[in-house]
Amino acid sequence: MEYEAVIGLETHCQLKTKSKMFCGCANEFGADPNTNVCPVCLGMPGVLPVPNELALQLTALTGYLLNCEVPEFAKFDRKNYFYPDVCKDYQITQFDFPSTTTGYVDFEFGSKIERVRITRAHLEEDVGKNNHFDQHSGVDFNRAGVPLLEIVSEPDISSADMAYDYLNALKDILIYGGISDCDMEKGMVRCDVNISVRPKGVTELGTKVEIKNMNTFSGVRRAINYEVPRQIETLESGGTLVQETRRWDDDAGMTETMRSKEHAHDYRYFPEPDLMPLRPSEAWLEEVRKHVVELPLARKQRFIQDYNIPAQDAEVFVGNVSLGDFFEKAVDGSKNAKTIANWVINNLQARLVESELTIDELKFGPEAIRELVEIIDVGEISNKGGQEVFTELFNNGGSPKAIVDARGLAQVSDSGELDKWCRDAIDANPGPADDVRNGRENAINFLKGQVMKASRGKANPQMVGETLFKLLKG
Amino acid sequence: MILHELTIGELTAKLASKEVSSREAMLACLDRIDAVDNRINAFISLDREDALGQAEAADAALAKGASHNEQSLLGVPVSLKDIFCVKNQPANCASKILGDFLSPYDGSVVQKLKQAGAVIFGRVNMDEFAMGSSTENSAFGRTCNPWDLERVPGGSSGGCAASVVAQECFGSIGTDTGGSIRQPSALCGCVGIKPTYGRVSRFGVIAFASSLDQVGPMARNVHDTAALLGAIAGHDPKDSTSVPAEVPDYVGGLDVNLDGIKLGLPKEFLGAGIDPEVQSIFDAAVRQYEALGAEIQEISLPHTEYGVATYYILATAEASANLARFDGVRYGDRVEGDDPFALYCNTRGKGFGDEVKRRIILGTYVLSSGYYDAYYIRAQKVRSLIKQDFDQALEKVDALITPTVPYTAFKAGEKTDDPLQMYLSDIFTISCNLTGTCGVSLPCGFTSSPKLPVGLQLLGKPFGEQELLKIAYAYEQATPWHKERVML
Repeated sequence: MEYEAVIGLETHCQLKTKSKMFCGCANEFGADPNTNVCPVCLGMPGVLPVPNELALQLTALTGYLLNCEVPEFAKFDRKNYFYPDVCKDYQITQFDFPSTTTGYVDFEFGSKIERVRITRAHLEEDVGKNNHFDQHSGVDFNRAGVPLLEIVSEPDISSADMAYDYLNALKDILIYGGISDCDMEKGMVRCDVNISVRPKGVTELGTKVEIKNMNTFSGVRRAINYEVPRQIETLESGGTLVQETRRWDDDAGMTETMRSKEHAHDYRYFPEPDLMPLRPSEAWLEEVRKHVVELPLARKQRFIQDYNIPAQDAEVFVGNVSLGDFFEKAVDGSKNAKTIANWVINNLQARLVESELTIDELKFGPEAIRELVEIIDVGEISNKGGQEVFTELFNNGGSPKAIVDARGLAQVSDSGELDKWCRDAIDANPGPADDVRNGRENAINFLKGQVMKASRGKANPQMVGETLFKLLKG
Repeated sequence: MILHELTIGELTAKLASKEVSSREAMLACLDRIDAVDNRINAFISLDREDALGQAEAADAALAKGASHNEQSLLGVPVSLKDIFCVKNQPANCASKILGDFLSPYDGSVVQKLKQAGAVIFGRVNMDEFAMGSSTENSAFGRTCNPWDLERVPGGSSGGCAASVVAQECFGSIGTDTGGSIRQPSALCGCVGIKPTYGRVSRFGVIAFASSLDQVGPMARNVHDTAALLGAIAGHDPKDSTSVPAEVPDYVGGLDVNLDGIKLGLPKEFLGAGIDPEVQSIFDAAVRQYEALGAEIQEISLPHTEYGVATYYILATAEASANLARFDGVRYGDRVEGDDPFALYCNTRGKGFGDEVKRRIILGTYVLSSGYYDAYYIRAQKVRSLIKQDFDQALEKVDALITPTVPYTAFKAGEKTDDPLQMYLSDIFTISCNLTGTCGVSLPCGFTSSPKLPVGLQLLGKPFGEQELLKIAYAYEQATPWHKERVML
């Protein structure tokens, strides 16, 4: 029997705010343990939460970026469970009325565009971090109260690779929107994976297994690649699967039981009485919508279509937004987007990396690249001259035309002068000239080289070729 | 002049005229505490040095010309229920579980009192985590009713009421979740107001039931209560549920003119169960209001009978979460265990008293999967209906008038074996918390033998504290009850 996997993901990502979700402590990674804490995020007696306005805005913005609805009414709830890293022994989250619902993410998977539907993206507070030492354990509450967005997908994913590509697409969107830095190393993104398998063609879902708390996308991929065959083998060998929560052991490369359904927590959700329900006004939402950005996939498709550039070039401009924006400005009014793309990617980007500069620090604007490509296209300077102009532009700024004038880089396209250089070269090199006359046309390159030498590189190479050919082959 | 007997109004006048210093006033309270508190047990703890330091600072400010116009409570000693967080002071909520915990911060009410110049001192007794109606559920022993030491002072703010009535302070700040200010005020014979939900910040108040808790003052008369309320009321950005509404001049709004005032007599409150002597004292108070020009009309609050049940579902549900943080991990007493779960069980098993455990279990139960809809959701619906009753009634009248408690102070131990009987002592006060509206209790007479105070409750419109205090003041000024002083 052939089986298929049905996979849904819960992705937690820390929001890019200066302060925590419900207090003024810094949302900052890497500080000494328990230094970014206050009575509120330590759950001291008597404290109350006050929601972070930016976190609310970023949540709604995520909703728009993920094509979600942003409901008129949302609220916070308490999720009750005892654990040392949960300072109040309940977590403030959103249960039945989340801030965003029903959206989707489109992304490239193989040669196709796939869609994973988003059930909801809701806002909650992160918990602290337990550290275990030889004789005791400690809790670092620096992370406690950091705003955390939980993005829940529908079970629309059918493979480990698809999950991997979905996660990367989601991450790109979140980084694009300024929602989260998604720095995996700093634990800013964590995933829970829900997996079941069923015989192909069957519509009912199989028994669901949840794998908790993975902090790399490659770990997710490997866990799925382990778990799906495990489930299939269990079924094929006549066994039954139990609904359970499993843990991914990255070193061993396998999943293991954490707790079964019978031991599942009863979180006893109820509305958080310390916080007012959220009723975003139209004006507030309008303000949020101003921050909606073009999504990576849409940008790529637009670049390919509008500028007729190769997919790899478009990807560069998706991956490096400021470079892409610079390219778009350079291309404005030009017919040669492809060449401009080459200059921006091969020359500009390379030099920026080399010199560790950002695009904002450039001494010239995008119109200079457009002008540079134009004067090369019309033959005013050679490609080689173009390189020299670019180097000068990059180092000292200015306009390409002015640089050409100042440095005498203009190509000679005057037919009289070219004619003279060409005749001189033919007269001085009768052998190669005869070869060309006798049909060995490659020999013309030698003569061309002599002309370029005589003109000290200023002769228009295309015209040199044409003139030599005319003189020799008549 | 006996200094500790003064009202806040009298004391501030004497402080202003330099006839009395704040230090003298504070010392008078401390002397009085030394003299009587071994019998009353209102104070759990007391930082004398800190109290005198504050008083001296107030005297220095007064000497430099500071006035009560800017700082309405400058130099006035006020006691605090053991539920408020004061920086570097203990906050036990009358529980063992907090151990030697010292608050690392000042709550907002404490800050406001300090800004108003009050000398805030002492941790007065209460039912553990404000759960109770008699101040018997305290890890620090029971507080006694100053009128009869055999009897309870009411609760949960029993220490506040007792300390005010025993003249160990000039006023006290308590909290009211189901009647915890009004009920002890009635049983001890002082004035206490539960303001509208959102009127006073809850930041720095150890939470019992977040959607019901409200901070309020208790004092010897309506004027003093109004003065204290004015100092602590107002919006607080640290409490999302506090309301950004203007704070009126409560003292300035006091007036004896009741022309055109309509008072509603809720017929559902007047059924069986009220002690006959309390009933007749209450009836006399109603007649007094009529004599003062108020119009009395009977009104109906049809869902009243569900109030106590609704309350005990919602309050315990919220409490079960609010009290989860007392787990021995970060602060307070810890009883070690082999794993976190054992540590929690040991710590909480030892640290919490029976009533607190009972309510945590009840609250956990009503929130659990499969029961949530039948209890919590249903209770929220009933709460809306009770609120609707009040809204409709308060469209017809300016305030509702009821006895505060169906009986007078009961004997210690009398109701401890029957939690349900204890819960019913809040039957007249509980609706006001469910509706989030304001209510005041003031003395309206004494039973003859034994002589015990009887409280009158007035329930007002949302943010109608000024009107409510005015209605209370008119009655108070026409009657002698507020002048009664207990003999200790």
